[in-house]
Formats: sequence, structure tokens, C-alpha cells
Amino acid sequence: MHPSFCFMVRISPATVVFKDRGVNVKGYIFKRVGFMIVTLFVIVTATFFLMQLIPGTPFTNPEKLTEKQLVILNAKYGLDQPVAIQYLKYIGNLLQGDLGYSFQYEGRTVFSMIGDRIGPSAFIGLQALIFGSIIGLLLGIFSALKHNSVYDYLSVTIAVLGMSIPSFVFAALLQYYVGVKLEWLPVALWEGYSSTILPSFALSVTVIATVARFIRSEMLEVLGQDYVTTARAKGLSEWTVIVKHVTRNALIPVVTMLGPLAVSIMTGTLVIEKIFSVPGLGEQFTLSILVLDYSVIMGITLFYSGLFILVVFLVDILYGLLDPRIDYKGAEQS
Amino acid sequence: MKNKKWLGFIFLTIFALVLSGCNFNSPDTDKGSEKEKEGTKEGDTAATVEQVLKLSASAEIPTMDSTKAHDGVAFNVLNNTNEGLYRQDENNESILALAEKHDVSEDEVVHTFTLRDTKWSNGDPVTAADFEYAWKRVMREAGAYNYMLATAGIKNAEAIMNEEMDADELGIKATGDLTLEVTLESPNPLFVTLLAFPTFLPQNQEFVEGLGDQYALEAENVLANGPFKLVSWTHEQGWVLEKNEDYWDADNVKLDKVEVIVVKEPSTGANLYETGKIDRTLLTSALVQQYADNEDFQIEKESDIIFLRFNHNHPILGNPEIRRAINMAIDRDGLTDIILQDGSTPLYGLVAGGYYFSPDQKDYREINGDINKGSIEEAKTLWENTLAEIGEKEVTVSINIADSEAHKKVAEYLQAQLEDNLPGFKLEIKAVPFAQRLEIEKAITYDISLSSWGPDYSDPMTYLDMWVTGGSANRMDYDNPKLNNLVSQAYSETDLSKRFEMLLEIEKILLVEDAAIAPLYQTGSAILKRGNIKDLVKHPSGAEFSYKWAYIEE
Repeated sequence: MHPSFCFMVRISPATVVFKDRGVNVKGYIFKRVGFMIVTLFVIVTATFFLMQLIPGTPFTNPEKLTEKQLVILNAKYGLDQPVAIQYLKYIGNLLQGDLGYSFQYEGRTVFSMIGDRIGPSAFIGLQALIFGSIIGLLLGIFSALKHNSVYDYLSVTIAVLGMSIPSFVFAALLQYYVGVKLEWLPVALWEGYSSTILPSFALSVTVIATVARFIRSEMLEVLGQDYVTTARAKGLSEWTVIVKHVTRNALIPVVTMLGPLAVSIMTGTLVIEKIFSVPGLGEQFTLSILVLDYSVIMGITLFYSGLFILVVFLVDILYGLLDPRIDYKGAEQS
Repeated sequence: MKNKKWLGFIFLTIFALVLSGCNFNSPDTDKGSEKEKEGTKEGDTAATVEQVLKLSASAEIPTMDSTKAHDGVAFNVLNNTNEGLYRQDENNESILALAEKHDVSEDEVVHTFTLRDTKWSNGDPVTAADFEYAWKRVMREAGAYNYMLATAGIKNAEAIMNEEMDADELGIKATGDLTLEVTLESPNPLFVTLLAFPTFLPQNQEFVEGLGDQYALEAENVLANGPFKLVSWTHEQGWVLEKNEDYWDADNVKLDKVEVIVVKEPSTGANLYETGKIDRTLLTSALVQQYADNEDFQIEKESDIIFLRFNHNHPILGNPEIRRAINMAIDRDGLTDIILQDGSTPLYGLVAGGYYFSPDQKDYREINGDINKGSIEEAKTLWENTLAEIGEKEVTVSINIADSEAHKKVAEYLQAQLEDNLPGFKLEIKAVPFAQRLEIEKAITYDISLSSWGPDYSDPMTYLDMWVTGGSANRMDYDNPKLNNLVSQAYSETDLSKRFEMLLEIEKILLVEDAAIAPLYQTGSAILKRGNIKDLVKHPSGAEFSYKWAYIEE
């Protein structure tokens, strides 16, 4: 089954959760799923027509194709038909779950190309996400608690550096010092677990920086809230106040941010995958646009956006669970 | 509180799906054990050194189907795992390979090949029918290189390409198990040269059709009949070739194994070279500075040419003396040695140097010498005089380039050179995506275009016949009946010395007479290569390498 569809099927547990919270939630989810399908449809349509505006052909060896060959090839692949007809055909195939064949890798289905490559991207992304979130959270919380101290400035500096230095710089440095000089870990390639460490680490830098900055400002905001003062006034220990009242509440908005971040990081990144020779999806997507591999561009766009929409949806649901102040009734009315 | 439980469940579901439900491939772990197995098998050919060559490729193999293959990576694997009637030797000349004997009829139109009695890697015999099937399949599938059959002059190939005839009418026929008869439209001196190209490889019909659309997509879905066999192919990561013991010339194959890994980033390649993971790697100009003193550093000449197309309909660029002045005003040495630094060498001609030789073994480039090479003063005088004749003082034109880093550097250099050396000249740079650059070129809506050309086969003609009037690669409305005539004469001239004279003359018409284009440089590659790798043959066209004769010195 296609990766993006397998997510769709598993939505059902979430629906079950909300059953006891009343009809409103059920209706809300129903409506959201409807919107998701419409959004996806709009994305597919827009990409399809925009893609046609890029000059060039998806055929290989364009430098040497003669006009006559081009006409014959276009006819063979149905590219000589009006764009509207091509579009309807594509949608027709899509509804049957057929994403077509790649132009560059002749004979390979877009399905298998995404399937083959998403694994390494997701694995590295997940590792980077878990590691980056933990370090980022610790750094951010610590920094907020020691607000305006040397530690705070230090961790803010780390976060700013992490955000502003491009990840390929870290990647190249890690590769050279840890891989070539120290020979602790493989320089590149995809040969067992040890080769996933450096790319994950290089990728986690952005996660650390993003999470740390976010949690720090959330913590600072929560620390100023009345209920924190109340908790302290009740005579609760500082530890209880921080863990139970401050951190828990500060974590809620992090969920919103982490979802989309997870999608973008787990679907692959061009630079990291190229530097560490990871057979991932990010590099493939960029390449397919450059060589105008129509079916692959469509397939990967569909996959990315499907995943993204789904995660945003899940995050919204989670948000309601975590923060009782959010009311689905209001959401439905608006 | 019960919400929390569900929260955990949702997260777990997502992670579990990512890891298991969505096709996660566990890293290739059996590679290591395979390597160990190989280690013990050693000893029959080399006493001390493992005959294993470790190389890198810049991309995944798009397809192993020889009828559809279109890029250097695939050609490379095909050339080393398969064998056609001819193959390129150490000097890039076509030599008899699977064909034992090649008889030509008196009118030089009918070619009869007698094949060696050899086997495919599944045990089936390689027959003449395998060639007939494969060549017709190229035409039927409209493979990317089907025009090679037309260039080779095989009867009806052109008509089939234009869909005026059926693929079955191609001029090839298996007249016996091991005899193959190929009929040409007319005598063609290029025929034998072209036969070494991977598009002309045979295919086992039963095997191909048995696999249907799965053919050639995995290592076990291809057959070998060449010096090596493809034993493993991990998509996007690499592949392994092993010596084919059943190959007819196996005695002369010294390597036991060739391991190729996909490395897309040159700096990663250099790091892998340093840690001994690969034995040869390509360097970009940034890395050249770093490794120039390394004992493994080498420059290898390549055969692609980079040049300027001029729009011949342009009111000013249409003048040959203007074009000549532009030719003379560019300092190519500065371009290759200071700007590019990637192994490229200056080019003052159309045909690349170092690869194409006359029947008495003289380099084409050396015979014709440097054309339109002049001093800046000469360029300036010619420019000013011609401009005065036309009655102009200032010329502003634009240059159409692909928006790659290298092309931008070249264009900026040209801009500085031409604006400095030619008074009144203004050059605007228009960078567009590669595909668009090509579209603009084909529509001839540019003034000057920074172009490149790679040879299809090992003969100067691959650079020369693109300039005939209306040719699909002309793309600048260049039109000289003299050149057209000479090209068509050379197509059928079978006296090789006379033909070579004609080829030399064609370049002179294009450049000495018309200064039709401005050649800039011939590509090269700066590489790191272990000193003990011997006889790894690099070809100018078709497949990049032949591993057949390579070995690791003890």
C-alpha cells in the first residue's frame, strides 16, 4: 500500500477517542477530513498545471532529440494531448491508486521509487527529531529557568547559531573530523546503523535550535501567568510548580510546531542526503524537478502534502486533548 | 487522564507506521559478509593483492535495458557486463568482440558477422537472433538512442524512426544460429565504429519477454555475456560486478570484482578516497586546490566541448569577422587555469583533442591546429574595422546560459574579457534553467548561447555533422552549402585517408572560413586515483570505462 494512504487508514483510533466527548467532535473531524481531501485535490491540480509551464521535456537526452523524435515520443506518452485531457487522465489513474511510471528511471513505478527511498529519510529524520527534541527541550527549559543568566545567553547563542549556520556546514565538519580524521564513524554511505549517526546528528542541529528557542519563550510566558503565582502561593515546592504547572503547559504549543517539523525533516533533505550519500527521498525530489520527471514530481508532491495535511490535522486534534480551553464547538461554528 | 493513554497510542502508531508500514529498508548488512566470503576466494589470480576495484558513480543506474539506456552510468555497466559485435579497445578503436569474423560484400552494403560460440549467464547460447531481436526492439521501443541505428546507416532505420515503416523491416537478419546479416542503406565508414556503442548489444528474447516490465530493473533480472556479471544492485546505493568465468576471453580479464558505490557529492568522494572506501574519485575546482600536491592527483582529458553559438540572423553577430574578433578576444588559458581549475583545457577548434586520430595516427586537433587564436591587439583592430564597415559604434548583446555555478562563472569571465578587449561591446548575462536554455537555443531567440556537446561515437564526425543546414543540433541558422556537401560526401567515403581529409576540411569551413562558433574549452577531470590501478581504460564516448583489461599492481 502506498505510504501516504496507510496513514489515512489508521485515523480510526482517533475517532474512537472522541466518541465520548460528544457529537460536536465527531462532526468536526468529519468536516476536517472533507477539507483535507479538497485541499489535496487543489494541490494536485495546481501542481499539475504549474508543472506544465516549465519549459522542456521529461525525456532523457534532450540535447540530442530531434523535433521529429520529440513528436513521436510525445504521442507515445500522451503528452501531445491538451493539458486538460492529460489532467483528467492523471486524476482518473490517481483515483485507482496509480501514480504512473518515471520518465528518467524507465520501467520504475513512482510508487516503488517513493517506497524505496522514504525508509532511509524517515529513519534519519526520526532519530534527528527524537535526539534534537530532547536536547532542545532541556536547553530551552534550562535557559528559561535561568533567565538572563550566563547560561541563558549561552543556550540562546547555541540556538541562534544552530538556526543560522546551514546544516551542510555541520555535515561537512562532522564528516571530515569524525569520519576522516578520527575514523570513529563511517564517512558516508548506507551500510548499517553506524552510518545513520552522523547524518542524524547533522540534521538534529536545526531541531535543537528550533525547539530550544520555542520552549524557552513559552516557558517564560507561562512563568508569568497568575496560576503559577497561585501555585507558588499555595506553598507547592518549586519542583512541583515547574514540572506540573509550568513545563506541562509550555509543552502544549510545542506540539503544534513539532508536527510539521517532523514531516519536513522525515521526508528527506537534499543537502544532508547528498553529503552522506543517503539513498533518501529529498534528493530524488529535487532531481525530478530539474529533469522534469512529471510523474515523479506529482507523486512526491502528493505524498509530501498528504502527509503534511494529515499531521496538521492530528496536531489540531491533539491540541484539543492537551488543552481543555480549546472548544471544537467554536471551531465548527467559525 | 485517559486522554494521555490515547495520546501515546497515536504517537506510537505514527512511528510504527513510519518504520514498518512504509517500506523501511533496513541497511544493506549482507554486503559485509559478502566481502569476507570474497576474501577467502582470492588467491587464484593474484598472490598478494586482491583484484578488487572500488569505484564511485555519480548517480543510480536508470535502467539496465540496453535498448533504453541513455546515460553514462548505465552504459558503463552495460559495456562491462555485456558484449556486442565489437567493443572499444585501449585506444578507443572498435575491435572484433563477440563477432569472430566480419565479411563485407563487394558493394560494402551487406555485412555478415560470424559469432563466437558463447553463452549468456543463464546458460543459453548467444545467437544471431539475439542481435536481431535487440536491434528491432530499440526501434520498436523508440529508445533514447535509436538514432544511432540511423547514423550507422542500417537499412530502413531512418524510415522506422519517422514511423514510415515497421520495426520488423530493419535491415538485420539472423541467417543462422551464429551468422548475422546486416544490410546498410549505402556504404558507411562509421558503421564499425558505432557497433561498439551499447545500443547495439544483443538481448535474449525469451528472458526479456519472460520478465515483462520487470526486465532489467534488478540484478537478477539481467543477463551478462561480457567480461563481468552484475551480481548485486542496491538501488540508489551501488552495485557489484564479478568476473564472468564463462566469458570467451576470460583469460585476459584480471579483476575479480568491481564494486561501485553512488556518491553524488564530490567532497564526500574525496573523504571516502582518504578512508580507502574508493580507489578513484573526481575533484571539483575547490578540491583541486586542496589536493593538487597529492601524489595520486591526475588530470584526465575528456571529450565534451564547451563553445558559444552565435545567432547567425543577428544584424551584427551575423558578420563572420565580428565573430572572429570575439573568438580572438577571449583568453582561454585564463578561463581554464584560473576560473575553472577542474582539468578543462583551452580549445581552439571544434573537434576535441587527444581522442581522434588520422589513419596514420596523427591527432586531428594537432593537424588542424589552433584556429582563430589571436592577440588582443589583433582582435581589437579587427573588431573596430569591422564595426566601422557595418557603421555601428556600440553593440549590446545577451548571452543565454544555464543557471549552473560553472556556467555563471564562465559567463562572467566572458563578460569581463569581451567588454575589456572589444571597445563598445556590452554583454548581458541571461541565466535560465537548463531545459529553458535548450528551448531558447532550439527556437534561436538568443544572441549568443553558451553550449556544450558530447560525442556519441569515437569519430570527429560526431562534432562535424551537427552543423548541416536545418540539422536538429545546428540551432543557430548556420547555413553553408559547402559544408553540407562535404558532410554528405564524407558519410559515404570509404577510403579512410580521403575521408579524414574531408573531416579536416569541414572544420576549416566552419571555423577558418565562417568563424561560425567560438570554441572555449574541452572538459577534463581532475581525479585522485590509486597508483597501483593499471589499464583502467577511459573512453571519450559511449561507456566511460572498460574494466576488461584493468588490474591492481602488486
